[in-house]
Amino acid sequence: MATLDSKVPKGPIKDKWTDYKNKINLVNPANKRHIDIIVVGTGLAGGSAAATLAELGYNVKAFAYQDSPRRAHSIAAQGGINAAKNYQGDGDSTYRLFYDTVKGGDYRSREANVYRLAEVSANIIDQCVAQGVPFARDYGGLLDNRSFGGVLVSRTFYAKGQTGQQLLLGAYSAMNRQIARGKIEMFNRHEMLDVVKVDGKARGIIARNLITGEIERHSAHAVVVATGGYGNVYFLSTNAMGSNVTAAWKIHKKGAYFANPCYTQIHPTCIPRSGDYQSKLTLMSESLRNDGRIWVPKSLEDVKAIREGRKKPTDLSEDERDYYLERRYPAFGNLVPRDVASRAAKERCDAGYGVNATGEAVYLDFAAAIERYGKEQAKIHNIENASDAKIYELGQAIVEAKYGNLFQMYEKIVDQNPYKTPMMIYPAVHYTMGGVWVDYNLMTTVPGLYCIGEANFSDHGANRLGASALMQGLADGYFVLPYTIGDYLADDIRTGKIPTDTKEFDEAEKEVKAKIDFFVTNKGTKSVDYFHKKLGKVMWDKCGMSRNEKGLKEAMAEIKTIREEFWKEVSVPGTANEMNPELEKAGRVADFLELGELFAKDALTREESCGGHFREESAELDGPQKGEAKRNDKDFAFVSAWEYKGEPADAVLHKEELEFKDIELKQRSYK
Amino acid sequence: MNLTLKIWRQKDASAKGQMVDYKVNDISEHMSFLEMMDVLNEQLVNSGEEPVAFDHDCREGICGMCSLYINGEAHGPDRGITTCQLHMRMFKDGDTITIEPFRAAAFPVIKDLVVDRMAFERIQQAGGYISVNTSGNTQDANSLPISKHAADEAMDAATCIGCGACVATCKNSSAMLFVGAKVSQYALLPQGQVEAADRVKNMVAQMDLEGFGNCTNTGACEVECPKGISLDNIARMNRELMKASI
Ligand SMILES: Cc1cc2nc3c(=O)[nH]c(=O)nc-3n(C[C@H](O)[C@H](O)[C@H](O)COP(=O)(O)OP(=O)(O)OC[C@H]3O[C@@H](n4cnc5c(N)ncnc54)[C@H](O)[C@@H]3O)c2cc1C
Ligand code: SF4
Ligand code: FES
Repeated sequence: MATLDSKVPKGPIKDKWTDYKNKINLVNPANKRHIDIIVVGTGLAGGSAAATLAELGYNVKAFAYQDSPRRAHSIAAQGGINAAKNYQGDGDSTYRLFYDTVKGGDYRSREANVYRLAEVSANIIDQCVAQGVPFARDYGGLLDNRSFGGVLVSRTFYAKGQTGQQLLLGAYSAMNRQIARGKIEMFNRHEMLDVVKVDGKARGIIARNLITGEIERHSAHAVVVATGGYGNVYFLSTNAMGSNVTAAWKIHKKGAYFANPCYTQIHPTCIPRSGDYQSKLTLMSESLRNDGRIWVPKSLEDVKAIREGRKKPTDLSEDERDYYLERRYPAFGNLVPRDVASRAAKERCDAGYGVNATGEAVYLDFAAAIERYGKEQAKIHNIENASDAKIYELGQAIVEAKYGNLFQMYEKIVDQNPYKTPMMIYPAVHYTMGGVWVDYNLMTTVPGLYCIGEANFSDHGANRLGASALMQGLADGYFVLPYTIGDYLADDIRTGKIPTDTKEFDEAEKEVKAKIDFFVTNKGTKSVDYFHKKLGKVMWDKCGMSRNEKGLKEAMAEIKTIREEFWKEVSVPGTANEMNPELEKAGRVADFLELGELFAKDALTREESCGGHFREESAELDGPQKGEAKRNDKDFAFVSAWEYKGEPADAVLHKEELEFKDIELKQRSYK
Repeated sequence: MNLTLKIWRQKDASAKGQMVDYKVNDISEHMSFLEMMDVLNEQLVNSGEEPVAFDHDCREGICGMCSLYINGEAHGPDRGITTCQLHMRMFKDGDTITIEPFRAAAFPVIKDLVVDRMAFERIQQAGGYISVNTSGNTQDANSLPISKHAADEAMDAATCIGCGACVATCKNSSAMLFVGAKVSQYALLPQGQVEAADRVKNMVAQMDLEGFGNCTNTGACEVECPKGISLDNIARMNRELMKASI
């Protein structure tokens, strides 16, 4: 079996990145003008990369399927971004952020990458503030922080509940400056449908203009894929409707290995599903767990009474409530990492304690926080013997200042006032740690083809800590890729423009067109969504929060059957040469139907529980950790990198062994 | 509930459009408006007709992709939300709902309910940024304290999602609220001062070039803005423009 070369530099972990930067090849400014780079995706990762590469002098062509870079799904991130600034003086450091991220990822990430991420994290905040990102501040005018799940320090920077929006608008503004200077050519409403390789190197892409339907050829000396995560393989997720795996999957089929597809994050605090028409799920920021307490009733009678509307949650006394996270994990309580919180909710709901009609909901309660803040405020304002109503009013104002927009969002969707009655939440698919395999340089197994942001697999191991995706996207785009890509491009200064009238482009274009022609001429009987929903159900039931051998084998077979039916029965109205959203969806679902099978295969192969991947066969049987996930470091401390071989089931596994030199492997305990 | 929909259909930018009637049945009040549109489209696909094209992506009110002019109001009858956050509980059984694209000379229709908002992009490119390169040695973020008040106000302005409802609502198709919000965000922050004069002049010049109308202070934009961007931002932009011209 081939071994993968992660290209991690030698030397102590603290010095790796600095030494690396000192030694790599650089491209001189005059030569950068002769080099073209394609960046597919303009979220935090792609947007920051495109802007920085253009500032450096490269010619950038950037692509997005939305009508503006500002609309990439990064815009939806609510809670915040981590950085080891230690502004709160609570003991934070680069090492601690590194340690927390590796531990939070359940020891399945590459140490050197994570250390570098922690190292550049502080620069991100400086850069964003310089761009005019309006982070929250305290009364002294300095930056404010909050704490997030799974850690013991406050290192999360935020901009109300719209951190992703503000960071993306920062990167977007940097892009706009370069678009105005002509250094970035922006292709909005364009979808990448394949990569083009020349002599084994990535040299361009085939894209479809989503307004005219035209198939276009674009060439460059290197291609960067920054197209986000593939959570929509589940149909229902917190991702945007258009989020897809297409670009990542297409490069996989052209030689880029796909790593750890089964590592998915199921986020504990989302608004529960309300019916079959549901098109997507809405996240309630994890920051709510700082002040909200999670519970279900202790007795099944109360559950029944609540479901039938005979009792309200507020009728239950403290004694009648099971604050199950506080009970099971006294050290971290409601702030355990996401995977742990999600499984605990599922455990309670599977046992029959779910509090809504579908049986899939738990409470997130702010009453205690409102009271606590209210009393605090009464003291600050010297109000003696404040009435309960006054305390409530004062406390509510604080909670509103912190989470007002989230509460409003909840009320608009559920039609209940969360200041008065606890919110209902349930886990939902949110983030994919797996993705395209990359080395230390963020290059895939195809030379000249890079992958950054959520689309790659690199930094979060088997579980991502809150507020770390924004950090990773911007680290990759602002501070890592612009260096590492130079090392590769230094060999291309004399190559000259890459022509597009070659047989490689002809072939790639032909393949893309054939698929589109198939869709618009196939006289099927079922809509694209029909298949997507069917796939989503298999994924959720058998590759969801807990997985077992039997279910995974069934999933592989079932997905294959759905895929075969799809290629016979799918119906796509309209034509190829116009704006055609159904056609766009068809292409994306076709790729999900392949990825889904590899996903199940990967989950089947990993016979251990780690992070978001919980194998029922691998749990602690007794002792204080009874029922908790059981990792198997002896046999599974590796990255699964899959090589495409035709059918997803035939993919070949390559293992990147993970070495832990700077952190001792331990069972994660949040007890 | 059962509903009648009157929807603008237009094959492409050059085609002539028209209103077409559709019926949808058994719509739940818990559905979002766009989920109701999904039901309609599924119905159309299953009967071999072309579904209605409309813009959407995040479906949680933040990307600014969704538009729609519903019963004569941008983002529909509810307040402080986008179309994707509108729920069917705002309607009742038997209603007829009119659905049109955002209309403005500067927002040409691409297809059905999808419009071209590139004019907004070009306004941002004209000056909606602070000129700072990525270097890794920018000064420490806390070396420049900014009063909480200014930071909060800048944040309020910065929450604009670039949807274009303000333009669609304004009888003059003015983009003042959108441009005012961006100019304000930077005007309120010390980092934005160096380029303040050029920024406001260039952005306003681009806005005029794109064919947006004048502001006659009707305030309709503020009412329909899903993010509560206030008219103060327009006043601030006018002040900035004055300052820049003297
Ligand atoms: C609701 C929500 C809340 C979140 N909150 C947080 C948080 O508080 N903190 C945190 O750290 N993380 C958070 N995350 C995770 C984080 O937002 C994402 O992981 C991150 O923003 C991904 O950034 P990206 O640049 O990799 O991809 P994206 O922002 O998803 O961008 C993808 C880009 O690729 C383009 N694209 C996709 N496919 C194609 C194609 N085929 N052709 C051309 N272009 C294409 C899109 O147009 C887009 O520009 C949240 C995620 C969600 C869903
Ligand atoms: S100002 Fe309001 S209505 Fe106008 S684009 Fe911004 S968010 Fe939309
Ligand atoms: S779809 Fe994103 S704001 Fe409506």
